[in-house]
Amino acid sequence: MASIDSGGGDSGHKKGPGVKKAKKLSTRVDMTPMVDLGFLLITFFIFTATMSSPTTLPLNMPKDVDDPEQKTEVKQSGVLTIMLGKDDQVYYYEGQLEVSADKNNFKQTTFKGIRDVIINKKKEVIGRFNPATVDAEACETEKASAKKAGDPNWEKACEDMDFVVILKPNADATYKNTVDILDEMTINQVKRYAMVKVLDVENELIKATEATSKK
Amino acid sequence: MPSVKLPRKSTDTDMTPFVDIAFLILSFFIMATKFKPPETVTITTPGSVNSQVLPENNAVMISMDSLNRVFFTILSKKDKDVFDAIIKGINTSQNLGLTPTEMANFKKVYMVGVPFSGLKQVLGSGVEIPGEKLPGIPVDTANNQLVWWIREAKNAFAGKKLDYLIKGDNNSKYPAFEAVISALKKNDELKYKLVTSLDGIPDGTYLDQFNKRKKTN
Repeated sequence: MASIDSGGGDSGHKKGPGVKKAKKLSTRVDMTPMVDLGFLLITFFIFTATMSSPTTLPLNMPKDVDDPEQKTEVKQSGVLTIMLGKDDQVYYYEGQLEVSADKNNFKQTTFKGIRDVIINKKKEVIGRFNPATVDAEACETEKASAKKAGDPNWEKACEDMDFVVILKPNADATYKNTVDILDEMTINQVKRYAMVKVLDVENELIKATEATSKK
Repeated sequence: MPSVKLPRKSTDTDMTPFVDIAFLILSFFIMATKFKPPETVTITTPGSVNSQVLPENNAVMISMDSLNRVFFTILSKKDKDVFDAIIKGINTSQNLGLTPTEMANFKKVYMVGVPFSGLKQVLGSGVEIPGEKLPGIPVDTANNQLVWWIREAKNAFAGKKLDYLIKGDNNSKYPAFEAVISALKKNDELKYKLVTSLDGIPDGTYLDQFNKRKKTN
């Protein structure tokens, strides 16, 4: 029978004096290099693993319509127009733009300040809410959609119906500004907002403000 | 005095369970890692509070980088036929005169970043142009080529759900974004998804209150 001579003394013949006994080798393998490599790979994969997967912000745009009858009308009292300019500056006015010697509602702020402006305007519109004057049909659809969305306060859903934010990024605004302001709409739960091209009058006002602030 | 002899214990610890766990974690990370597709241009997306996940299949991605160049990417993992359909459509509508081999090369292009006139060269040579040298797709009002790409994608994905992803860099300017939107609008596509990274919801805001109300009920 073929067998491995493990160096035991009793394998047939007796070894003579002077014949050295083969050393018994340990069957244990040194695992250290393997463990080293294992941990190296672990660290590599931990570092390359992308834990923060990208998310998406849904954006729905209105269809371009030329027919004035199809255009959405909004109440002037509930409108807040926000314009985005150069160097992360935000400009806004409430209702209709009025710039004259005695009245000026064109104001400047930053991305930090705009949130309070939106919240205050929203509160103001909600405070003015009068159930008697509201479009009952639109109010009901609003309530139904809020109920569907799981809002426990769905009964109050149409109180801010007249609140509309108009976003007007100008040519100097960055994409980040645009996304930030859209995000601000989500954060402040503004249901009605639209992204519109900036008017020339407004653009001139922004340019004028930029010029004065530089001095 | 009789001394108590303590048995000498081996200092060797049994590493087996330790190694077991190490390799378990290793295999988990190997399985869980998803390698990003090779990015020809680097785009840092802005953050938003929205937590909706990004669809990675059946979508077209329009990217804008910090130099306001526009790129077009088709995301279709299973159905590779859409690539053929799109390039064939572009070839006929723009009279590019591409050969079948050139059209077959289109599948390998991850990001389209050249005008129609440069397409033949890119597909013919098979040599990848480094990201910084790509001119981008022209999107100005006089020559908005993105409109054609979207039209062909719309035809190729007909009957299937198709998402329009817009991925913009923090520093790209608004006019580029506006041009992309106008190209989509010309194809009567009004719903888009902007690619963002996740941000936390600021405390005390309307959204924060809304989420808390939902939780308590």
